[in-house]
Amino acid sequence: MARSPLSTGKLLLIFLSWWAIWAFLQISLLIGFGLSSGTAVTDSLVSNSLVAISCAFLSNNMQYYLPKKERYWYILFISLGLSGIILLACKAILVPLLDDKTDSVNYVIFFSRSWAVRFDIVFLQVACMSILSVLWYSSEEEQENRQRRNDAERLAKEAELFKLRQQLAPHFLFNSLNSISALIASRPEQARKMIQQLSDFLRGNLRKEEQQWVPLSEELQYLELYLDIEKVRFGHRLSTDIRCEDECLGMRLPPMLLQPIVENAIKFGLYDTTEAVTIAIRARLDGNYVRIEVENPFDPETSRPKKGTGFGLTSIQRRLYLLFARPDLLETRVDNNLFTTIVRIPQQI
Amino acid sequence: MTINTNSNPIGTNSIPAGTTPGPIKAIIIDDEPLARSIVSEYLQAWPQIDVVQECNDGFEGIKAIQHHHPDLLFLDIQMPKINGFEMLELVEQPPAVIFTTAFDEYAIKAFESHAVDYLLKPFNKDRFDKAIQKWLDQRAPNPPSATPAPTSADATEQLLETAAQSPAQQQRVVVKTGGKIKIIPLEDIHFLEAADDYVKIHTHNGAFLKNRTMSWFEKALDPSQFVRTHRSYILNVQQVTRIDPYEKDSHLCILQSGAKVPVSKAGYVKLKAVLGL
Repeated sequence: MARSPLSTGKLLLIFLSWWAIWAFLQISLLIGFGLSSGTAVTDSLVSNSLVAISCAFLSNNMQYYLPKKERYWYILFISLGLSGIILLACKAILVPLLDDKTDSVNYVIFFSRSWAVRFDIVFLQVACMSILSVLWYSSEEEQENRQRRNDAERLAKEAELFKLRQQLAPHFLFNSLNSISALIASRPEQARKMIQQLSDFLRGNLRKEEQQWVPLSEELQYLELYLDIEKVRFGHRLSTDIRCEDECLGMRLPPMLLQPIVENAIKFGLYDTTEAVTIAIRARLDGNYVRIEVENPFDPETSRPKKGTGFGLTSIQRRLYLLFARPDLLETRVDNNLFTTIVRIPQQI
Repeated sequence: MTINTNSNPIGTNSIPAGTTPGPIKAIIIDDEPLARSIVSEYLQAWPQIDVVQECNDGFEGIKAIQHHHPDLLFLDIQMPKINGFEMLELVEQPPAVIFTTAFDEYAIKAFESHAVDYLLKPFNKDRFDKAIQKWLDQRAPNPPSATPAPTSADATEQLLETAAQSPAQQQRVVVKTGGKIKIIPLEDIHFLEAADDYVKIHTHNGAFLKNRTMSWFEKALDPSQFVRTHRSYILNVQQVTRIDPYEKDSHLCILQSGAKVPVSKAGYVKLKAVLGL
């Protein structure tokens, strides 16, 4: 429900000043027409107060009822009707009140001569007030709608980001559990260690919130946890080479951003070749960005990585777009049999 | 039936006297060493089954199958280069298969619709023993031999047909040429031609044979990209440059490579629909 404009202090003050100015002007005008100052003051105060009360009433009423269609006809008729009522009320109050006075001007005749002008002025005032009120409420309504739309969009965006972050590959989980199952008989100590690593990984996956950016050092630790699990699964086929410039370690980035990129590189690398695979991860500063490159081998004869985004990077691309509203933070590069994914994270200064 | 894992299962499946069956030969194909080790560990309780080889991927798997002629395969689906289904496609007369997979919605759906036994990783010993026992029971009526029970071979065939329609496999075709395995991306295929029991796949790099039927390909390939224009031909619509009228009701399609592919009356209707003419 929109607030009435007269409920705000500033606008109420303006409204009252307006009333005072009109009243003063009317007093001067009536004195100019030869009425005594007492009559002029009474006439002005009574008629302007009636107008003010009607305007306040009208504006307040529009809070509860504002026609959607035909609102300008509504304004016209309500202003005309209300002006008529005000004028009748003025006459009913003022004529008996001021008739007896022995004035140089006969008030009854004066009132009946001036009724058209009075009606004009009252109509202008009431119409003006109703138009202003309509505009006021329309803009309030508009603002409320916009707020609602923004809220809905924000919620949708958060939900989507949450979903994009939560894409823990079930394949990874079940295969890891299967490895643990195999280790339990032969190497129970290592099985226990892997359960620990998998738990830490899952905990990290559950806990992180989008807004809480993490330092690169923490993200790299998390990545190593993940890579250690994968190395148990794939044995000697998988090796990694992580290099990070020291000044990058404190840079911050959204949580769980690198893991899906590395997961993609492993999947792509390990399932596209039968040889041993090295996944290289490099991090360095690049102006105001942290630039992270993840490199994996592939077989150019059988796979055709498409330029831009290929191979399961669309969800990362989408996430970066939702976070930064930029489509250019994720790139891929192909040289011979190496596929490189490059992600740049802007740093807040 | 209940399975007592402590008893020796061979006692429950007596081998007919007079035959001298060798041990049952099994091959484990999985790219994860620990996943293979758990299968061989569980198999220690089945002394009649002998693991003759463990393989890292489908390439090794095909060689091992040709070399050993096993009775039973333990086969993972997701593997490097070619997956378990594609490997089976390349094996003539594939042996009985117990699939082992962690998570692959499509594969599981395929298994279920063809009642093929499969083990979801991680699986326990009871579940594993049940699968082995079921397989042994199925083959019991037949004398143990190098060829598996016909029912399981049929089931495998149907399974492969379904599996070929999976999103992953719709991107490529795997063929064997000489001793080598070749993976052909679909966009490289010009057209397919029936050739007796085989289908000849014409590509940028020459032609390859695959021992599948035309209708198998027709089902497996994306119908918006590949159209069966003739009883003996399926063509890649992206390769079409021109369609010329040819005798009577038939047409001839000219491809970018210059090849001419016959188009029957019914095929012409299908082709026009796909090309949006």
